Amino acid sequence: MSSARYLEISKMGKTFPTDTGGFEALRDVQLTIQQGEFISLIGHSGCGKSTVLNIVAGLEQASVGGVILEGKHINEPGPDRAVVFQHHALMPWLTVYENVELAVAQVFRGSKSAAEMREWILHNLNLVGMGHAADKAPHEISGGMKQRVGIARCLAMEPKVVLMDEPFGALDALTRAKLQDSVMAIQAELKNTIIMITHDVDEAVLLSDRIVMMTTGPAATIGEIVEVKLPRPRDRLALAEDQQYNHCRHQVLEFLYSSDDDNSEELEPSATIESVQTAVDVSTDDTVIKNSSNQAA
Amino acid sequence: MSVTTADSSSAGTASPVASSKSRIGDFVAAKLFFPTFGILLFLAFWQIVAANIVTSLGAFPGPAEVWTQSKNLVVEHQEQRAKAEAFYERQEKRNAARLEKDPDAPVKIRSYTGKPTFFDQIFTSLYTVAFGFVIATAIAVPLGILCGLSESAYQAINLIIQVFKPVSPLAWLPLVTMVVSAMYVSDSPMFEKSFLNSGLTVALCCLWPTLINTTVGVAGVDRDLVNVSRVIKLGSITHVRKVVLPSSVPLIFTGLRLSLATGWMVLIAAEMLAQNPGLGKFIWDEFQNGSSNSLGRIMAAVITIGLLGFALDQLMLRLQRWLSWDKQAVVR
Ligand SMILES: Nc1ncnc2c1ncn2[C@@H]1O[C@H](COP(=O)(O)OP(=O)(O)OP(=O)(O)O)[C@@H](O)[C@H]1O
Ligand SMILES: [Mg+2]
Repeated sequence: MSSARYLEISKMGKTFPTDTGGFEALRDVQLTIQQGEFISLIGHSGCGKSTVLNIVAGLEQASVGGVILEGKHINEPGPDRAVVFQHHALMPWLTVYENVELAVAQVFRGSKSAAEMREWILHNLNLVGMGHAADKAPHEISGGMKQRVGIARCLAMEPKVVLMDEPFGALDALTRAKLQDSVMAIQAELKNTIIMITHDVDEAVLLSDRIVMMTTGPAATIGEIVEVKLPRPRDRLALAEDQQYNHCRHQVLEFLYSSDDDNSEELEPSATIESVQTAVDVSTDDTVIKNSSNQAA
Repeated sequence: MSVTTADSSSAGTASPVASSKSRIGDFVAAKLFFPTFGILLFLAFWQIVAANIVTSLGAFPGPAEVWTQSKNLVVEHQEQRAKAEAFYERQEKRNAARLEKDPDAPVKIRSYTGKPTFFDQIFTSLYTVAFGFVIATAIAVPLGILCGLSESAYQAINLIIQVFKPVSPLAWLPLVTMVVSAMYVSDSPMFEKSFLNSGLTVALCCLWPTLINTTVGVAGVDRDLVNVSRVIKLGSITHVRKVVLPSSVPLIFTGLRLSLATGWMVLIAAEMLAQNPGLGKFIWDEFQNGSSNSLGRIMAAVITIGLLGFALDQLMLRLQRWLSWDKQAVVR
């Protein structure tokens, strides 16, 4: 399997049934993701980011087109596409350990012995720095710690793709920074393929290989993709002064604000891309890829 | 800074004592004083009202009269027990004597058939309601889980629930009676027919609150948690055990408590109507008796029914606290 077309979202559309005939949330979403890539999805609230993620997870079905992972069409959820939820989604009646165990016991049933499972659970808890709290109940640990456990549970399934829906959205800035560093370190080690939804431009630039920006709905689609070619490992303090970093940041901000204007004037999506592309005609390593050129690639 | 700490520490010797005293004071007020006050007020009111009501069976019983009758009920019960014991003792002696004369003599053991006392009736009512409640729970909880999990199961059954729920269980009583006498024919019956009649009638009315609350509880499991379960691909039994049941325990128990309370009310009515043994029959018999003591004895039964209903509810609460994962939750 070539890693260039590891995960493919092809011509995907989603229409939600409503009382007034149906609401077209997504139209013609097209994206190809390589193995080991870190992708951020960014866009205005309600544009359909969660919907894209849920379809990749298999929690929802696409109305048109679909998602192909390693050559296989996706139509149901599974542990190969583990999800980190915005609000941790830990079972409050299980301890930290048992929460991870619930997933591990199911995914590795028959392939790991009880002792191996135990070791694997603790290994993953240690990976996110939560080994010490294994026997605590979720209500006894902080929000950031819960999110760490959610990440541990996700990683413990050894997913092909990690899907994160605003994983740090509910956390304070300091905790968020720490968790971002943890995620970067883990990804450097495990080389996971990650799709993350975020509202935080800095977070997107710091973590991603590519930032996928979505137009405002209805019938939302991918507006632009910014490639972040900053070398890894990345250091948030050093990057604050980095020209390339700030350029990427600027590109994302510009897209978000200009698409805000488009929304009020109801312009054609192609017009958006044109105008942005002329604006970003600066000589840098970063490339703004038009939606159409991405399809051709 | 040091001055302030010195200040507060000197005051500190007095203030914690004072605050803990006032906390005990609050507790006494909340748990002892006001309830006692309320009960005394009620008794006084009852006494005054009772003295002003005269029935064909004499004055309406006040608290004192009811207390006397309650003691009588205890005495009657003890007398009956003594009689029964004496009866069995005599029988045993007779049998022993007979066996001594002739070791092959057939030994007959007959059971004592005295009139059931007030306490016998209490016991009958309690196990009848337990029987009906257990049957209803065994049906309603699994069915509720099914309806909560599957929209189609819910749609299939919803209308039936809505139609049968408002039916007074007493309307079922004649049907249950006829069906039981037709179907339950056995030479050595495990249960009395009257027991089955009352028990099944109770079960019919215990079904609905549990069924509805379980359905709502199961359907209302947090979407994220359900999605976690779907991503992990938990099997349906593990899903129910690890995700659905723990999160719907509070609502299931709300249903169970409502069921038990209704079941208890219905049972008394069913026993009165069908002349089935139990507290309801006790009340009806006293009413038919029409002695000057009857009203006092009925009132004693009424209070007993209330206290037992309360005790049953407390029992369910204990059970809920014991089963629930959330020990912090305030359960009322
Ligand atoms: N089940 C549904 N039925 C009807 N409309 C829906 C449903 N789910 C989502 N939508 C609509 O689809 C659009 C996209 O929703 P989605 O949750 O994907 O947005 P989002 O980009 O994740 O927003 P946010 O950033 O606020 O989380 C919204 O306009 C929403 O109202
Ligand atoms: Mg969302």
